[in-house]
Amino acid sequence: MNILVTGLNHKTAPVEVREKLAFDGEKLSKGLDALLKLSEVKGGIILSTCNRVELYTDVNDPEKAKLQIKDFLAEFHSLKREDMEKSLYFYINEDAIRHIFRVASSLDSMIVGEPQILGQVKEAFEYALSKKCTSVVLNKLMKKAISVAKRVRTETRIAENAVSISYAAVELAKKIFTRLDDKTFILLGAGEMAELAVKHLINNGVKNVVVANRTYERAVELAREFSGRAVPFDTFKEEMEHIDIVICSTGAPTYILHKKEMQQIMKRRKHKPVFIIDISVPRNIDPAINDLDNVYLYDVDDLQTVVDANILERRKEAARAEEIVLEEVEKFKKWLNSLDAIPTIVALRSRAEEIKRAELNRLLNRLQGVDDRQKQLIEYAMTALVNKLLHPPTVVLKEDREDRDILIAAIKTLYNLEDGEDG
Amino acid sequence: MIILFELALTLYFAATIVGILELFRSSKATERFMLLLTATGFVLHTANIIVRYFVAGHIPITNMHEATSFFSWCIVLIFFYVEYRYKVGLLGSFIMPLVFLLMLSSSMLPREIKPLNPILESYWLGIHTLLAFLGDASFAMAAGIGLMYLVQERFVKRKHLGSLFQRLPSLQMLDEINYRLISIGFPLLTLAIITGALWAESALGSYWRWDPKEVWSLITWFIYVFVLHARLRQGWRGRKAAYLSILGFGAVLFTFFGVNLLLKGFHAFVK
Repeated sequence: MNILVTGLNHKTAPVEVREKLAFDGEKLSKGLDALLKLSEVKGGIILSTCNRVELYTDVNDPEKAKLQIKDFLAEFHSLKREDMEKSLYFYINEDAIRHIFRVASSLDSMIVGEPQILGQVKEAFEYALSKKCTSVVLNKLMKKAISVAKRVRTETRIAENAVSISYAAVELAKKIFTRLDDKTFILLGAGEMAELAVKHLINNGVKNVVVANRTYERAVELAREFSGRAVPFDTFKEEMEHIDIVICSTGAPTYILHKKEMQQIMKRRKHKPVFIIDISVPRNIDPAINDLDNVYLYDVDDLQTVVDANILERRKEAARAEEIVLEEVEKFKKWLNSLDAIPTIVALRSRAEEIKRAELNRLLNRLQGVDDRQKQLIEYAMTALVNKLLHPPTVVLKEDREDRDILIAAIKTLYNLEDGEDG
Repeated sequence: MIILFELALTLYFAATIVGILELFRSSKATERFMLLLTATGFVLHTANIIVRYFVAGHIPITNMHEATSFFSWCIVLIFFYVEYRYKVGLLGSFIMPLVFLLMLSSSMLPREIKPLNPILESYWLGIHTLLAFLGDASFAMAAGIGLMYLVQERFVKRKHLGSLFQRLPSLQMLDEINYRLISIGFPLLTLAIITGALWAESALGSYWRWDPKEVWSLITWFIYVFVLHARLRQGWRGRKAAYLSILGFGAVLFTFFGVNLLLKGFHAFVK
């Protein structure tokens, strides 16, 4: 029993290569079937996301399995082996365990700490499990990987800080307002980054969207896309009385909103807080507005600073996460070693010995007038019985069989042999 | 009796320390540990007050030691209310130091139970003081929340978004709780003043005697009238409201300590 990881990710392969090797839709089911047909492979899971394709396998001989899997990948995706070979990486046993733990914990992700990967790992595992393609060791490994990922998430702040400008804007909005679903939001102008921020805000519950654009048709178009309301650009200052969040991204060469005007607006809205995000360059909102009470103005550099700080914070947290992963790899290795037959045989024998002793004592207490010779005979008979019963399983467990780990696990469960591992 | 008080004091002290550590680095575990310390302290504190009640035969707030202790008890009570209702992270870190300081000053004051001044013996004693203390405790909590608001607001304005910023609640939430606490505290204070007047009438023959405590309570009352008025009519929310609630609590503290220690009158526990 050996664990082998074969894979490629965003670091080793460009998207042109990754997409060719992806197991999407139908291919996943067929791929798993074909993978399990390889003679060296006892169990397999395929994880295929836009950033990585990885095969987690339980194999007999890792070196032979590597070759088989390489051939399988080339053949299955109709590629030349040389074309993909340089993108592939392989990890065996301890390295494989560590790699899988790191992937699930989002330490190997393009954006460290991004939360989707754990769901994808779970899905890949559950799919393989439902097709009965996994093995005892793989099941245990994947369950452990998922719990390690959860531990990393609760014990570190790896996933807490926004690492893109539009996410940072949403995070900030949530720290200014408790809820976003009752807030009104205006988009001034347009632009990729602005629209991305709008989408994030809508995903976080903002419902009332107003769009103002110098070209009214464009405003109508965007308003339709965000199921909002378009207004003529000149009227946005009147609208501001009811606006809680502003995203400004117009191409204006000067300020379109000054401190004096904002002061008037704040009076009219009884100083209800306003969050203004100015992502235009040059800036469109007078920076002095930030000095007003209950007005919070962030420009693109402010947001970038926040993002940079967050990335730094994530790196620090990632270092703590790596420690957790190492610790868990050690624990898992111990469990794997315990799967080795010898400790199980010893445990089984001592359990039998225990039972024999107990029964013997009970019998001798109940029998009266037995002499030492008879005692010896009784004990001899019992020992012979135990040995004869335990001989066949001992022999089988010592053999180098394909299903040895399954048998060991079975014996452990059947005779309730716990080795003190929390697993 | 003494041991109950000392234990509560010690637990509040421990909760304060954990609360301060929490500001620098927190986890769910330390947060829960702080709550556990506070809750245990609160139970012992409650027991202490009950014991004193039975020994004295009336609600134990007739000397400075008891009054200060009861004041802190009310603050912890309101703390649990806010914690349970709003689940505000780090609230304890801001309010437990105050509770601990009040308890510490209480511990240094003479504790013997003296016979009650017969003039004060009335069911009004319980009603009046309970209203006053619960009102004051709400104001204390409003000031604590106001302080949190000021800290968080500074982070947002200065664009300094560290881990403390991450863990503090949103500005809107803090502002709402602040308003809520003042609108709980204000009617309580009003009722305390009214019941005080009724009691004075029945015990001393006149509703209002310009006793220093009465005067200062009135000043405090006017401050909170202003706080509420400014918020509702002028939109003085956020930072201004936070500053005002801290100022208001300053007046509460002076009414409580300053008057009792510096000035004389029926509230000064001195015959």
